[in-house]
Amino acid sequence: MRAEVTTEATPEAAPARAVPAVKAIRRAFSSPIASLLVILLTVVWTIPTVGLLVTSLRPAADVATTGWWTFFAHPSLTLDNYQTVLFHSGFGSSGGLFPFLINSIAITVPGTIFPVTIAAMAAYALAWVKFRGSDTIFFIIFALQVVPLQMALIPLLQLFSGTGVQFNGTTVIPGLNIGGTYAPVWIAHTMFAMPLAIFLLHNFIAQLPGELMEAATVDGAGHFRILQSIVLPLSAPALASFAIFQFLWVWNDLLVALTFAGGTPQVAPLTVRLAQLSGSFGSHWEALTAGAFVSMLLPLIVFFSLQRYFVRGLLAGSVKG
Amino acid sequence: MTHLYADSLLTDSLTKFADVVAAVLIFFAVLLIIFFAAGRAAGRLARPATIVAFLGPAILLLLVGLVLPALRTIVLSVENDDSTSFIGAKNFQWAFTSDTIHQVLANTLLWIIVAPVLATLLGLAMAVLVDRLRNQSVYKSLIFMPMAISFVGASIIWKFVYDARDPSLPQIGLLTQIALWLGVKHPPNWILDFPLNNFLLVVIMIWVQTGFAMVVLSAAIKAIPTDILEAVRIDGAQAGQTFFYVTVPMIRNTLIVVLTTVMITTLKVFDIVRTMTGGNFGTQVLANEMYSQSFVQFNNGRGAALAVILFVAVLPLVGYNIVQLRRDRGIR
Repeated sequence: MRAEVTTEATPEAAPARAVPAVKAIRRAFSSPIASLLVILLTVVWTIPTVGLLVTSLRPAADVATTGWWTFFAHPSLTLDNYQTVLFHSGFGSSGGLFPFLINSIAITVPGTIFPVTIAAMAAYALAWVKFRGSDTIFFIIFALQVVPLQMALIPLLQLFSGTGVQFNGTTVIPGLNIGGTYAPVWIAHTMFAMPLAIFLLHNFIAQLPGELMEAATVDGAGHFRILQSIVLPLSAPALASFAIFQFLWVWNDLLVALTFAGGTPQVAPLTVRLAQLSGSFGSHWEALTAGAFVSMLLPLIVFFSLQRYFVRGLLAGSVKG
Repeated sequence: MTHLYADSLLTDSLTKFADVVAAVLIFFAVLLIIFFAAGRAAGRLARPATIVAFLGPAILLLLVGLVLPALRTIVLSVENDDSTSFIGAKNFQWAFTSDTIHQVLANTLLWIIVAPVLATLLGLAMAVLVDRLRNQSVYKSLIFMPMAISFVGASIIWKFVYDARDPSLPQIGLLTQIALWLGVKHPPNWILDFPLNNFLLVVIMIWVQTGFAMVVLSAAIKAIPTDILEAVRIDGAQAGQTFFYVTVPMIRNTLIVVLTTVMITTLKVFDIVRTMTGGNFGTQVLANEMYSQSFVQFNNGRGAALAVILFVAVLPLVGYNIVQLRRDRGIR
């Protein structure tokens, strides 16, 4: 939770600067039993995912009749399940998962770009265009993390859909009628991301050297220029941390998507479709496992390649509304 | 026919991407117009105009998306299910007296105790033990990996593990097979077997959150000043003593923050129950019941009341975390 420790937080951080005391404790603890425990836990943690991956690559007939662990005795691999689950109709779904995969990308990209941009602007204003009450505003925004997004769902849905906001039977605000498009999902994700995004980015942007801004102001640069040419480039690590956090959050989200996108192939992302399928065709494990792996592939790539930034974001503020 | 279908799939996808590109372009165009308009303001108006241009969008989003809806939900919670009349505390009375909701609250309590405690303990154990292994980053990454997977994906992974068939047939679910290997003649049908199924669903949450606990606690342990550990060693403390009398007290705050953070996540998670059982077989929890009441049965009043209960339950936990963070950061 402390900013100072974040640089050491990456799992890759080797204990290179280990001093004798640390070494001694490490040695004292390092019994074969300890190592065995770690290996055991890691294996237990990994096996379910391995089972999913192996199953998704086995022929459907094998999956239905034998356990995935028998694969290692009788290996036979196929990509048919992926072909089927992505493009073919059947299993009660008309077009396969491909449209939902596209929706996931179409929801996640703006769902990440919008909040990062708006939060960076706000964080800059709160940190460097000080005015009376700016500290109070920052604290209120920060404290808004206590509101669970469940608190906002019903009224927001009324606002986005045709009903509008009603009070005692009279319409106070007419509905925006943007249901059935990506817009409600983008907007909702942007709204819900604000408290954490502004908090994380403000902490970073406020620590940038003030001389840079002063020099730029003396040179006649306006706030927009300073933001664009000084603040944003220097804040790249913080922006990356939050962007990865938000990307994974939006891609993996079910609640917001289910509420604001519905279940149609036009708008709904993979998570929504998979949740439906897991209820309706639980016996087609070859398809369900392949579908689940399709939904996991991109986040896993992002996670393993950018783990360092993800961990930094996580340590900087792990309370997400 | 397949050709036509592939064609329409391609056009469809391209249309969607075009929409996305258009939306992003419009977004930046609007921002540029706002900046341009604010830049035109001169003299005494220049500063306020800048502040409005930079801060306005965020404030507007927070007001419309979070503050006003939350207040509105509180109002909805004291109205009837189609929000046409005021009914006082009846929805809350329903929430605390109906038998089905008693089950829901009991399950939720089980979730928010078992998941945070076990995830934190396992995470702490890993953080301490892994430090001494070669290739520790490999172990850490693998334990941490479930954090990248959606709760829906995690649920499908575990639903497959819990798959159960008649014991005479070849099994495809790993847990049943292990039970049979261990000599259990009639393993239960895991997901249907109350109250065991509740614990099996909580396992998924622990599986996801242990990596989080490990990473945060590991960072805290590494931040303990080495001279303290050195002094303790010179005083002749055993490794176990060092752990319980030095390490644990020094990372106490982080431990509590991890515990409360996992608790908050657990309280709000509805994806696992929804994907695994749909809340059937006695596994319903508060967050999923709130969703069902609001968006499946369209009981806005009851749904809103459950949301308010969730909010009140989360409040002290998040409040504590915020106070902690403020103290650590020195935010005024």
